[in-house]
Order: sequence, then structure tokens, then C-alpha cells
Amino acid sequence: MKTIDALGVYYRDLNSLIDNSIKTEGDITLKNVFGQRYIGRGLPKEASLKIYGTPGNDMAVYMDGAEIEVFGNSQDAVGNTMNCGKIVIHGNCGDTLGYAMRGGEIYIEGNVGYRAGIHMKKYKEMNPVIVIGGKAGDFLGEYMAGGAVILLGLNLAKDEDIIGRFCGTGMHGGVIYLNGTPDKYRFGRETAKSVNITTEDVLFLRKHIDFYKKSFNKRLNNLKVESFSKYVAINKNPYSSMYCIH
Amino acid sequence: MSLNFNTPDFEVIRNENRCIQCKVCVRQCANTVHFYDEEDNVICADDTKCVNCHRCVTLCPTKALVIRKYPLEFRENSNWSGKVIKEIYKQSQTGGVLLSSMGNPEPFTVYWDKMLLNASQVTNPSIDPLREPMETKVMIGRKPEKLEFDSNGKLLTKMPPNIELKIPVMFAAMSYGAISRNAHESLARAAEELGIFYNTGEGGLSKDFYRYGENTIVQVASGRFGVHKKYLNAGAAIEIKIGQGAKPGIGGHLPGKKVGEDISATRMIPVGSDAISPAPHHDIYSIEDLRQLIFSLKETTDYKKPVFVKIAAVHNSAAIASGVVRAGADAVVVDGFRGGTGAAPTRVRNSVGIPIELALAAIDQRLREEKIRNYCSLIVAGSIRNSSDIVKAVALGADAVYIGSAAVIALGCHMCHSCSTGKCNWGIATQYPELVKRLNPDIMYKRLVNLISAWNHEIQELLGGMGINAIESLRGNRLMLRGVDLNEKELEILGIKYAGE
Repeated sequence: MKTIDALGVYYRDLNSLIDNSIKTEGDITLKNVFGQRYIGRGLPKEASLKIYGTPGNDMAVYMDGAEIEVFGNSQDAVGNTMNCGKIVIHGNCGDTLGYAMRGGEIYIEGNVGYRAGIHMKKYKEMNPVIVIGGKAGDFLGEYMAGGAVILLGLNLAKDEDIIGRFCGTGMHGGVIYLNGTPDKYRFGRETAKSVNITTEDVLFLRKHIDFYKKSFNKRLNNLKVESFSKYVAINKNPYSSMYCIH
Repeated sequence: MSLNFNTPDFEVIRNENRCIQCKVCVRQCANTVHFYDEEDNVICADDTKCVNCHRCVTLCPTKALVIRKYPLEFRENSNWSGKVIKEIYKQSQTGGVLLSSMGNPEPFTVYWDKMLLNASQVTNPSIDPLREPMETKVMIGRKPEKLEFDSNGKLLTKMPPNIELKIPVMFAAMSYGAISRNAHESLARAAEELGIFYNTGEGGLSKDFYRYGENTIVQVASGRFGVHKKYLNAGAAIEIKIGQGAKPGIGGHLPGKKVGEDISATRMIPVGSDAISPAPHHDIYSIEDLRQLIFSLKETTDYKKPVFVKIAAVHNSAAIASGVVRAGADAVVVDGFRGGTGAAPTRVRNSVGIPIELALAAIDQRLREEKIRNYCSLIVAGSIRNSSDIVKAVALGADAVYIGSAAVIALGCHMCHSCSTGKCNWGIATQYPELVKRLNPDIMYKRLVNLISAWNHEIQELLGGMGINAIESLRGNRLMLRGVDLNEKELEILGIKYAGE
């Protein structure tokens, strides 16, 4: 285990320090992180970071197998175009979480901002998963093409909703599981509630909820898999009949 | 089903005296225009399906075929032309958005044809490139403010990453998906032999093509298809695609039916899934956000590769380009409104964007005024048709050009404007294996090499005529251009004098 004090270290230097360290020691603890960008960019599976503080935008961008645990909140674009790996965040997260991520898992203890999980994909055995403990902003899962987003809706105030508006707009693949059944107007027209919740869905949800409980040391005895709704794309090829050839 | 008002666009004329009923035309036409009628023992044609791609005409062994414009006319009306009427028929029948392929065909001014180059006479002798050294090499990337040397003459300044182009031409972004694997291979091999670059487009990079990495520019667009660390490090440079000249402000849809096993593997999406590139990058809503993406790419490639940003030529291109340079781009790519496309909504293609000549002149001027021109290279695209277009572009301020349409024409494209059907009879804009194999990369890459080598010699001739022996000395030298048939405003924007001045 190597510890790096990130206080006042410029982001380029910090990322170089991490690169140099993983050549000999993959387990790295970063202390006093204050908004440095691109931490964990493209990191391979040999690396494992524990981050104390608040990492900046594009944390784990293009990440390629590493594990990152953040003890604090994270900013925008966590896991941008990530290939594989695992991220656990003990806090809230900014906008565009997991943009175009192709594989790996992200667990957020609290809430996330706008456009989480947009353009998520899947490819062969890669099937990305985002688990969000609280709520998400508008455009959750926009253009979603694969993978899964799970929203637990924990600790919401009485007047708070689990999602914003335009959820699943342009969705053409993947699945969104929400704890509860939000009003229909909150969804894009390309997505619909599925009545077909299978045993695989239940096992999938249990597996990821169990990991959430373990990671954040929560019991969540009142959280029932049966109360989740499943949303999927209406059409895998939503725009196939939109055009006529000139 | 309502009555179909559509009439053919083309007519197939078969000279029965020449036709030997060999049925080559029947076998070659993926649009199934030609068919053999066994009962009457004749070969017939369904004109309605013909796109005028010349495949049958070219391959007919007895030259028995001609394709003509269908002679049926509407009553003469310069406002309601036949084209306008037919578009309404199509849309009222299908309810669809009109989709077109290749660049804007409308009769807007081609400014390249309104500018003429200078040549030396008497006082400043011209140079003969056959006998004297002539340089057409350019370096693409950020240039340092100044150079510093130590007492031994060793360079102290850390040079930003630049890529070397032996000839100031590159093959424009055309994705594997929009064009075939064999077309991509031809472009890659030609780029390697010529010492230039081809561009993956937004479609990822096939494993088999990593070996052309030193001559590859990898593209990152809003769909992020096939983008990962290895891909980013595979090319010589990275291009962020913000916009495309044929469809500024519009994203792209590769329909699921074109996503077979191989394309699925390069784009890294499931077979049969639509590949949708949203209109904007949803992590870019500002110049600062663009900077974030540029530097995420630089961070992931250890600051070893120049990052290009490609924008469409639109009304405020000069201000946008200034922002792009300040965001940290090492090269700005500007794609004019005549740029080609595999598919774009017709109304967007034909009525959005501005001519590349005017955008280029305005951007170069603006970057010079702001004293940031050396921070980036300027690459232009959007219907560069020949070597004199290139020389004029360089004189207006470009470092290099991208060619797309001209490159596919070299590969056999006959400009039938039907790429989006996916049934390209020449094996270029198709994924059907039986059509793709018609394009033999071993032969076709040489046509690209021939074309660019010929252009290179022509560039040298034109430069030599002006008494210039290195293309970098021409860049931004607008005194070498004169305008004809242009008004004062056009001359002012182009920054050139009228012929005779």
C-alpha cells in the first residue's frame, strides 16, 4: 500500500505519480484530493485506488479494469467511456455519470446529477452496471444502448422524486430498474415499463443490492426487490422508419 | 395503399443489336434493375430502381447500355421544378424525413473556381520542380512560441507533438460501417505508402488495421463507439468530431441492419443494434467542457499525440475556431457545406452551413488577429476536388486538406448519391459481402496512390510557377490569389484582390 498526499499537487503531476507507483505498487491511497481531474484515466486492473477528498471531473475516464473507492463526493463525468473496472463512491456524484461506459460497475451511495448512464452500451460479456442509492436528475439513461441502471431511492424526502424528467429518452437497449413507479410523464417516449420481471431480474437486483449494502455497510431491511419497476427500450431500432430515401 | 406518383429518375437504354444476353448486368446490379425474362428470352430493365451508378454500363462487354435522365418532364415552372414536386410525392407517401447521400449538389457558388493563382514572369523566376528541390511536406500540430538553444546549439524547447505529412492531403473520416472494410483497407494502405493519414471516422478500429496505426487518425465522436485506451493510443493523432459539413448540428444513425459481426466488434456494440451518435457530445456544453475532453485524451495518451477538433463551417466559425484553439486543440479541422456523407437529412445537407472557402479565410484571419494562429494547424475539408483547390486553400491559410469524396471516386464511386441504401455496386458504401469483394484493395489502393502522387506533382508545378519552393511558404499568402466574378464583400471576406489589381 502506497500513500500519496495530493494536497496542492497539479493534476498532471498527480496522475504521473499514480502511473509511476503502479509499476511497483498497485494499491494506492490518495489523501487530500481537491478536484484534480482525470484520476484513474485508463488505469488497468493492476491498480486499486482509495481516494480521500473530492476527485475532479472525468475520474476513471477510459478506465480499463482498475478499482477505485472514493471516501467523499465526486464531480462530473465519473467513469466516462469506461471499459471495465469497479468504482465505489461514498457520497454523491455530479452530472453525466458513466457516459458511454461499456463495461464495469459503479456504485454511488447517494444521489447523482443530470444525464447519468447516458449512452451506456454493452458488448459481448461486457455489461455495465450503475447502482445509485438515492435519486437521479433529468435524462437518466438517455440514448441508453445497453447495460443496467439501478436506482434504490433511499432517504428521499417526502416531496422528492426518484428521477427527474425525460428518463430513457432515445433509449434503444439496456434496462433501468427503479424502486417504485414514477409518473409516466417523467419518461421519454422511447421507453416503457416492462411487465415481464423475470427470475434473472430478481437475482440480478439482489446481487447488486447486496454489494451496495456490503460496500456502504447498510442493512436496508425495508428494501424489497418486489417494489422495483423495470424500464426497457420499446424498440432496438427506434429510427428505422423515420426516413425516406431521396 | 395510395397510388404511387413516383416516376423513374433514369432510363436504361439497351442497344438490342449489341446485347449478347450474357446477363452481366443482371448479376452486377444490386438494385435488381436488370432481369432476364425467360418466356420471351429478353433482358428487361425496371427503370424505377436505377440509381445511375454506371456499374452495368462499365461492365457490359459489348457496351450495349446507356443510362439517361428519364425524359418525362413536368410542365415548365422554374419555381415548382420536377425535383421539388417529386420530393413532395415521396414525403406525402411515406411520412419520412428525406435522406440524401454525398455532398450538397445545389448550384451555390464554388469559390475555388472564382480564384486564380499567380505565376512568376521575368523578375522573380519560376522554379522547375523536375530539376530543383521542392518541398510539399507539412507538420501538423501546435508550434512553440519561440525556439531556445543551449550554447552547443542543442534545442532546449520541448516540442509539442506534431505529425508529418509528406503531402498536405489526408483521407477524411469515413467510418467502417459507412464504407466497407475493403475501402478502409485501401485508404489505410495508400496512406502508408504515401506518408499521409487516413481517418477511422466514428466507428472504432478493426483489430486487423492496428498495424496501419502510424498512418491512422482515430476519431472520437459523441457515440464513443469503439473508444478505449488501446484505440486512442493506436493512431498517430486523435480527432474529436463535433460537426460534419454535410450535416452541421446533426448526429448520425447507423441502422442496425448494417451492424453485422465485424462492425459490432469494431464499434463494440451488439449485432443488429442501431449505432446512434447524438447531435452533441453530452459532456460538452462549453469551450471549457471541450477542453476537458481534449485533455482527457491527452492524459490518456501521455501528451504524445496531437488532438484535432473537427467542426462544420457555420456562421460563427471564426469565433468558434478561436474557442477551439484556446480549448487546447492542436489542429482545427473545418468541414464546409459541400462535404460528403453516407447519409444526411436532405434539408440539412442542402441548406445548412457555409462554403469552406469563406470559412477558411475568416478563421485564418481571426486566428492571426488574435495572435493564436501558431497554436494550431488548420485543416480544411468539404469538397476539395483537385490539386489547385489544395493550393488555393493553402494560400488562403490552410495547412492541409482532407479529401473524402475525391478519395472514394478514386476507388470507383460514380457519385450516384445512394450510399444510404447500403447497396453500393462498387463495394464502397456497403456491407454486403458479395458487393464488398468487388473492391479489391490490392488494386484499388494503388489508384489512391496514383491520384495523390499526381496531385503532388501538380502542386509542385503550381508552386514552382509562383517561384515558391516549399508549400509552407505559401500558407496564408493571399497575394498569390486574385478573384474574378466576385463582389466587394466576397473579396473582403476572402482577403484577396480582384484580378487586375
